[in-house]
Order: sequence, then structure tokens, then C-alpha cells
Amino acid sequence: MDVLVNNLPLFLSGFFTTIKLFLISAVGSLVLGTILAMLRVSPVPVFRAAATVYVTLLRNTPLTLVFFFFAFAFPLLKIVSPDSFSYFVAAITALILYTSAFICEVVRSGINTVPVGQAEASRALGLSFGQMLSNVVLPQALRSVVPPLVSTLIALLKNTTIAAGFSVAEAGAIRSTLSERGADTMVGLLWVALFFVVLVIPMTLLQRSLEKRWSVAR
Amino acid sequence: MAGIEIAELSTVYPNGVRAVDGLDLTVADGEFFALLGPSGCGKTTLLRTMAGLEQASEGAVRIGDRDVTRLDPGARRVAMVFQDYALFPHMTVAENIAYPLRVRRMSKVSQRDAAERTSAGLSLGALLDRRPGQLSGGQQQRVALARAIAVEADVLLLDEPLSNLDARLRLEARTFLKKLQRDLGLTTVFVTHDQAEALALADRIAVMESGSIRQLGSPKEVFQRPVDTFVANFIGSTPMNLLDGLIADGMVEVAGARLAPPEGLDLVEGTPVVAGIRPEYLRVVPGAQEVTEGVAGILGAVAIVENLGVTSLVTIECADGTLVGLTVPEQHEPAVGTRLCVVPEAGRLLLYGGEDGLLLSARPSDHSAEFDRSRA
Ligand SMILES: Nc1ncnc2c1ncn2[C@@H]1O[C@H](COP(=O)(O)OP(=O)(O)OP(=O)(O)O)[C@@H](O)[C@H]1O
Ligand SMILES: [Mg+2]
Repeated sequence: MDVLVNNLPLFLSGFFTTIKLFLISAVGSLVLGTILAMLRVSPVPVFRAAATVYVTLLRNTPLTLVFFFFAFAFPLLKIVSPDSFSYFVAAITALILYTSAFICEVVRSGINTVPVGQAEASRALGLSFGQMLSNVVLPQALRSVVPPLVSTLIALLKNTTIAAGFSVAEAGAIRSTLSERGADTMVGLLWVALFFVVLVIPMTLLQRSLEKRWSVAR
Repeated sequence: MAGIEIAELSTVYPNGVRAVDGLDLTVADGEFFALLGPSGCGKTTLLRTMAGLEQASEGAVRIGDRDVTRLDPGARRVAMVFQDYALFPHMTVAENIAYPLRVRRMSKVSQRDAAERTSAGLSLGALLDRRPGQLSGGQQQRVALARAIAVEADVLLLDEPLSNLDARLRLEARTFLKKLQRDLGLTTVFVTHDQAEALALADRIAVMESGSIRQLGSPKEVFQRPVDTFVANFIGSTPMNLLDGLIADGMVEVAGARLAPPEGLDLVEGTPVVAGIRPEYLRVVPGAQEVTEGVAGILGAVAIVENLGVTSLVTIECADGTLVGLTVPEQHEPAVGTRLCVVPEAGRLLLYGGEDGLLLSARPSDHSAEFDRSRA
């Protein structure tokens, strides 16, 4: 307990950074991943090909490499001005791009569970492709992939710790700071672990309640 | 409101199956039309090609005065009800009906009006807030109908609309569907492989086989004068007797009997024919059990008796082993082994070519008895 109390500001700011990293990249990758999934089932071959290349590339690259790219290689390209660049932004970009490839595949598997009849009924009723996807197919697809979607988000939560290696002072980085201060790092680590468990619990609860609510809807 | 005109239509699937093969068909405005045929004959494909869910490979589809062959399904002004209904499971009944209207940029008020009007007509008023998963099969079917009707299309297409219902509900839904179609006067094409359903519901029936139409006509025509042995076999809840015979001395020799042929036929001596008689049109000649062979009646011993409720289907076995079915009132059911002499009712014997199986007919088959709209 001493370790926690003595270093409270360190813990608090670390935890806060983690939550911020997680929330921003969760929303970002859900949105981007869903858009990618829509591209992957679109009737336009170019869209399908582009999304497939993207997913193959990002899903098969270790996250650390993606981080490396955005932390070190990307600034050299001078696409964004150095002022607006920070390791935090780089971390978020890396997390979103990486996780969205996984979200895309999860959502796509969900889309595949929706019977073709639904798409045909939509066409017969005069819906456009976009209307069919967003109002008929996706709502049903998302309902069927709540568990793998939450798993992907939990993986994302844990992946935020990699940002520690790139000078983002999130929860995973607390250990090194603690050891500099000469505190008991083992105990500190236990607190960090506990923190992650506490963060995962609400997500599991959310998953359960979503599954329950939507199972009635089928 | 509009009729449908189909000209030389073919639909070929990518795997090379010609599911619809050079088919011509005209459905009149306001007609209730059935596509009937055995499994795999292309009924669904034809319906889907009308709806635009399948691309026509050749030929044209016209609805009203528009050529819709290359139009998207949504632009054809057709409404389709799918065999499994394809309701949107995540929407309530009300949303299912109103959503397509919203897509058509109808105002909120007219959306609600249309949804309320159709759901009242289909007695769905109490179910508007439920989801499809919370409805019985019959209710789901009515929601699917309501969703299709609410968009006020020119043509309603139904793929086996009753096949997902149990036998009792199916009868109920059948009556309901017929009344609804009458009330709306909406041109309706429905697919079925159940001949009884087609006979009961349709103004006209097209009997299909291998992607083309074998016979087109009113239920009465199709039932009483099937144009070939295929249709004869397919129509009727008890199968038609199709007996191999021969023309001899201007009479039809069949199963040891000599029957008078239908009038006005040019029959060539010695040609093989197939005699078609529905079990319903065979009568027992009373007191003729002991007559000898060669009389104007088919002689045989009762082999099987099947109770059909009001009537019984009696199968007699003739001396040469031919089996002949006839229906008798249930209370006159003969005992197995009884010898019977049966004759076709006047004008009920049909003759088919022994080789091609086509109906031998004096007059060209009566297509002038076209669809007659008594209420038009
Ligand atoms: N998507 C498809 N691709 C290739 N062939 C198909 C496809 N759908 C149907 N067919 C073939 O086309 C033919 C006609 O099929 P269709 O579904 O129209 O028959 P149907 O008359 O509706 O039969 P059922 O009464 O069993 O529904 C069949 O031989 C079938 O195997
Ligand atoms: Mg079918």
C-alpha cells in the first residue's frame, strides 16, 4: 500500500493516460474497422482490394513495429508539422491503425452471419447499398459479434502498455519510474495489474448486458 | 396497377444452368397468377428475374408500360415476399413496415398512415411493437405481406408464401391471401409447388417444367384438360390414372376394357395411346360385377382402400395387373377383394399420344377461355 500511496500522482497520471489512450483508440478503431469491413464487402473491386491489402499488412505486422514506424520513421517523412507531433499522438495512431484491422475482420465475420435474404429483401424494397449496410446488415452483424469485439478491445487495452516503450507515461511505464525512485517495483506492478483487471471488468459486464439485450431482439 | 409481359426470357446462372429457358408469359392487370411446378423447374428463378434479383440473360420483362429488364429491383415498383419472409429481426413490426417508406422519402405522417392502414388491414394492430422473433409463423407472414403492400408497388411477387406454415394455418392464410388480393386488386404472381394451393388461389396457372411453361390456363382447364401426361401427373391431389392402351375398331382398348373415345378425334387404327381418367371421374356400374371382358367398363378387384375423409380412394387391380384408382363416397367404401366394374363419366376420358404424351384433341386447346375478370 505504501508504494501506491507514496507514488500516488505517478500512478494516477499513468492510469489516466492509459484510459485516455484506450478510449480514443477504441472509438477510432471501431469506426475505422467498421468502415474497412464495409469496404471489404462492397461491390467495388478497388475498395475491396484496398481494404484487403490494408488488413493483411496491419494484421501481420507486430504492434511494436507499427509503433516504431509512427514514433520514429513517420516524423521523418515530414507529413505533419513537428509541432503537432507527439509520442502520444503517434501511439494513438499506431493503436488505431493496428486494432482496426482486427475489428474489420470481426465485423466482417459478423456481416457473413447475416443471411443473404436480408440483403435481397433490402434490394427488393429499394434500399441503396449504403442504407442496406448501415440500417439492415451492420446492426445485425454487430449483435452477433459482441464477444469477439470485446475481446479485441481488451487486447487493445493491454496493447496500450507498449506505448510505455515510446516515452508515453501510461500505466505500464510506472514500473521504470518506480525503480528509478528506488521503490518496490514488484508491489507496484501488482497494483498496475490490479488496475487493468478493474478496467476489464466493466467491459465484460458491458459485453454481458449487450448480449442479453440483443439476444431478445433476434 | 399494371400487368406483366415476359418475352423470350432466359435466365442462365453462372454455372451454366438455364433455369428459365426462352419463356413467354403475360399476366393481366389485377390477376392472381400461380407459377406451379416440381422442385427445380425454375419457378423461383423466374420470379426473381421479374423482381430484378436475378439478371435476365436474354429477353425482356415489361411491367405496365415500362421495360424493366435492366432496372434495379428497387426501381421496378415490385414488392416481393420471400419464402422465409426475410423480416428485419432488429426492427419492430412497425419499423419493418415503415422503414422502406422512410427510404422512399415519404413524410413521417404518411409513413405512419400507410403503416397503420396496412397493419389494420392485416390485423397486426396489436403487434406493432413486437419484434419478428416474438411472432408466430402466421403473424410473421402477415408482417411480410404488410411490408410488401405498404410500399404500394404495381406488382406483388410471392415465393412460396404459405410453405412455412403448418397445414391448418396454411388453409387459413390461403383464404386470407385470396381475400386480400381481391380487395387490393393488385397484380400478384405467386410460386408454389403445391398444386392444390395453385388450384384454390389462382385465376390462372402456369405449369412449369425445366424452365419453360408446359400449360397455361385457368385452374379448371389445367385440372380437367391437362395438355400432356406430365401436367396430368402433376395436377390433382389424387394422381390421374394414365393407362397404356391401343386404338382398335375405333374404340380404346385399355386394361381389358373397350371404352368409347372422346368425340371428334381422328384416331388411327392400331396406334398406342395413353388413357387419362381422374379417379374422381370414374363411376362404379352397379350390378355389373359378373360381366365378362370386353365390355365398356374396366373390371378389377379392389386391392387397396384409402380413407381420405369424405371420400375414399379405391385402387382396383385388373386382370392384366393394371392398377386403377377411383374415389367413392366414404360410406360406399367396398371391401377389399370385391369385384368392380368402373366407367369414366361422359366426356371425362382424355387420350394422350402414346409416344409424345401430348393430349389428342379435336379442337385446338381452348385458350380463348382467357382470363375473364368478372369484376373488371
Ligand atoms: N444461385 C444458383 N446458381 C446456380 N444454379 C441455381 C441457382 N439457383 C438455382 N439454381 C438452379 O436453377 C434451377 C431452378 O431453380 P429454382 O430455384 O428456380 O427452382 P424452383 O422451381 O424454385 O424449385 P423449388 O420448388 O425447389 O424452390 C435448379 O436446377 C437449380 O439447381
Ligand atoms: Mg423455389
